[in-house]
Amino acid sequence: MTEIPINDAMIRLEHVSKTFPGSGTPAVGDLSLEVPEGEILVLVGPSGCGKTTTLKMINRIIEPSSGVIWVAGVNAIETQPHELRRQIGYVIQQTGLFPHRTIAQNIGTVPRLLGWDRPRIAARVEELIDLVGLDADMANRYPGELSGGQQQRVGVARALAADPPVLLMDEPFGAVDPIVRMRLQAELLDLQARVRKTIVFVTHDIDEAIQLGDRVAILNVGGVLEQIGSPEDILREPANDFVAEFLGTDRGLKRLSLIKIHTVDLDPGPVVVPGTSPQEARSVAARYDVDWVGVGTPGTLAGWLYLTEVEHLGQVPEHDLRPFISRLTTSATLKEALDAIVSTRAKVAAVFDGDRYLGMLTAERISAEITQ
Amino acid sequence: MILAQLEGQPLVRWDWVADHLDDIWAATKEHLVLTGIALGVGLILSVALSLLAIRYRKTYTPITWITGILYTIPSLALFSILVPITGLSVLTAEIGLVGYTLLILIRNIVAGIDGVDPAIKEAAIGMGYTRLRLLIQIEVPLALPVIIAGIRIASVTTIGLVTVAALIGKGGLGFFILQGLRRFFTTEIVVGAVMSVALAVAIDLLLVLAQHALTPWVRAKATV
Amino acid sequence: MEFLSEVVHFFADGANWVGNAGILNRTLEHVGLSAFSMAVASLIAIPPALFLGHTGRGGFFAVSIVNIGRAVPSFAIVALALPVSIKLGLGLGFWPTFLALVALALPPMFTNTYTGVREVDRDTVEAGLGMGMTGWEVLSGIELPLASPVMLAAVRVAAVQVVATATLGALVAWGGLGRYIIDGFSQGDNVEVFVGGVLVALLAVVTQLFLGWVERRAVPAGLRKANAAREGNVEAAVQVA
Repeated sequence: MTEIPINDAMIRLEHVSKTFPGSGTPAVGDLSLEVPEGEILVLVGPSGCGKTTTLKMINRIIEPSSGVIWVAGVNAIETQPHELRRQIGYVIQQTGLFPHRTIAQNIGTVPRLLGWDRPRIAARVEELIDLVGLDADMANRYPGELSGGQQQRVGVARALAADPPVLLMDEPFGAVDPIVRMRLQAELLDLQARVRKTIVFVTHDIDEAIQLGDRVAILNVGGVLEQIGSPEDILREPANDFVAEFLGTDRGLKRLSLIKIHTVDLDPGPVVVPGTSPQEARSVAARYDVDWVGVGTPGTLAGWLYLTEVEHLGQVPEHDLRPFISRLTTSATLKEALDAIVSTRAKVAAVFDGDRYLGMLTAERISAEITQ
Repeated sequence: MILAQLEGQPLVRWDWVADHLDDIWAATKEHLVLTGIALGVGLILSVALSLLAIRYRKTYTPITWITGILYTIPSLALFSILVPITGLSVLTAEIGLVGYTLLILIRNIVAGIDGVDPAIKEAAIGMGYTRLRLLIQIEVPLALPVIIAGIRIASVTTIGLVTVAALIGKGGLGFFILQGLRRFFTTEIVVGAVMSVALAVAIDLLLVLAQHALTPWVRAKATV
Repeated sequence: MEFLSEVVHFFADGANWVGNAGILNRTLEHVGLSAFSMAVASLIAIPPALFLGHTGRGGFFAVSIVNIGRAVPSFAIVALALPVSIKLGLGLGFWPTFLALVALALPPMFTNTYTGVREVDRDTVEAGLGMGMTGWEVLSGIELPLASPVMLAAVRVAAVQVVATATLGALVAWGGLGRYIIDGFSQGDNVEVFVGGVLVALLAVVTQLFLGWVERRAVPAGLRKANAAREGNVEAAVQVA
């Protein structure tokens, strides 16, 4: 990630601290951060690390004890809180939808506060219901009639209603079940590709942070910023033991989930054409130190068989081959490739582009990718 | 001799009822007016005191303490204490009746507003609601079921208490109960009691319907 | 001012304190009948409420009875108790008042005992059954102690109500502190009315405070918070007098 010139930052925290009344130690002590326009910054850390406090100081739900906060070039501390908040989308875990107002009314909340006229609000609501993937006929229902996942979509739509440049999201997917959460995460990235908001996202789930964040800020108790950077950088080079421990013992696997297959070089693998003699097949296999060969013409891969079977048949056959069960595409991650490797007897992952065979990945190759 | 007279008579003499329909209607109207004034004034005072309690938390305990004593003092005792000051008047009756509504109404208003999900309030504040707008557009509507529950209890209670005010000459249907006792005439007691209960049930039903109409989202939730 | 000095004179005059119609005897009558009515009502209301709450039957009945109880004015209950008492051959005075007070105290005590037992966490009951407790052991060892805060609050609220309504006993020729008020009204003696009002008000407040104190002493420490939280429901279930 390149350095962003200071004035381009959409959100900037300068030496911000918060000490709650009656508490001797600060919840957040001297934190400085900036979030460039269009970035998703994820604040992550254990409970008590001040991540939510930090988020809520940006829209001044919590007043900072000291420091300065800039939002979209405006000094947030010197702005009327309710004026400031109408420029910032806010999504919380419990959704905070108004149970006495319909979905359409909920989504239209901030436009109404801003004094938009009715037709404009109605048009915007319709647009947002579509944008977040809800059915148009839900507009006149009440939040209580929707599932948790649907409610959270309404929460996101409501936050986007007045097209604020900034979105604050406080563990928005923390209360839904894992399957729905994964779908909502994917939808958020999809949405972000279209709307390009500056998002600050709080979670305690490091996997969610890695998946969603352009950058991730890892906070320690008392709002101490331990490390900030892209997920790749943090996983490759944790700044200290705290970060390493927080990332977990499967740090390598987590890194693999960030690397797409198309970014690594593939190996042609021990592949021979049908009709190859047993001796030729054996020497190809020997180069890869395996006891099998793949069968195919350049650009195709039909299957594989053991060398003993080639010897038994007298030559490499064209049919009756063992199939490669998982056919990966280049948009898959190395983590998925590794899963394919450990799940097949051939111990390789074959990569295709449609029907075209591109090459193979081995466990050694993947391991080299993250230890280089 | 009088007792024998009471023993011999039927529970309700319908001819008396038929002869006194006008009186019954007039007493019912008086009963409604006394109840309406008490609830109206009680509600205004309760809203004001509740706002005070919500804005300045420290005032809540003394407010419930004082209204709690008002609630504990028997109505007849309160009327008796007031009569030397305000006489056998509507004012005496209403001071007592209003006094009884306060504790119930204030407790329900404050509990209703306190009961609003903090996440909803935070979301509203996060979207730029001012304090006043939050109260009027979010907190009060969401507290309505609890507030109306309080109004229901207060209205049924008040309708019952109005009968006691008959002893200071302003009792609506309570007048029949008192007359019946004085003359050992069961019909009047039954008419007063039954009409009073009917009134309470009718008002309660109206309030239930009002709540239904005012809080459609509560029903919508139940259909899931 | 003159009025107040008359009131002070009333209280200062020793003759007004002693004898059949004296303050002491009237107070004793008032407290005695209230306590006796409460005891009888408890005996009638609590056992079946415990049983129904334990078995979970009769929920609709429990809710209905308190709603009906609330809708019938206490004044009407006293008045209706008179013909009933006379039909039963019990006459004027003590009996109609007693019948009215018992009838008044039954619904709140029944309903709150019932809901108190019903509201005991079903997981706690299940844990008891799971450890091999019998139905009786669950009722006496788990449900009754856990329901006790609600039950005690119901007793307090019913007692204040009974003390208040006992005042109306004077209308059916009974004694008690209500005599001062009713006699004062009929003689146009505002001093007597006022004195009666003050004495009844004091007695009601003292009853409320005393039973509140008993409650705090008697409720198991672990339940005191729950008690405070439920108190509102209990009081809401009672008709005031």
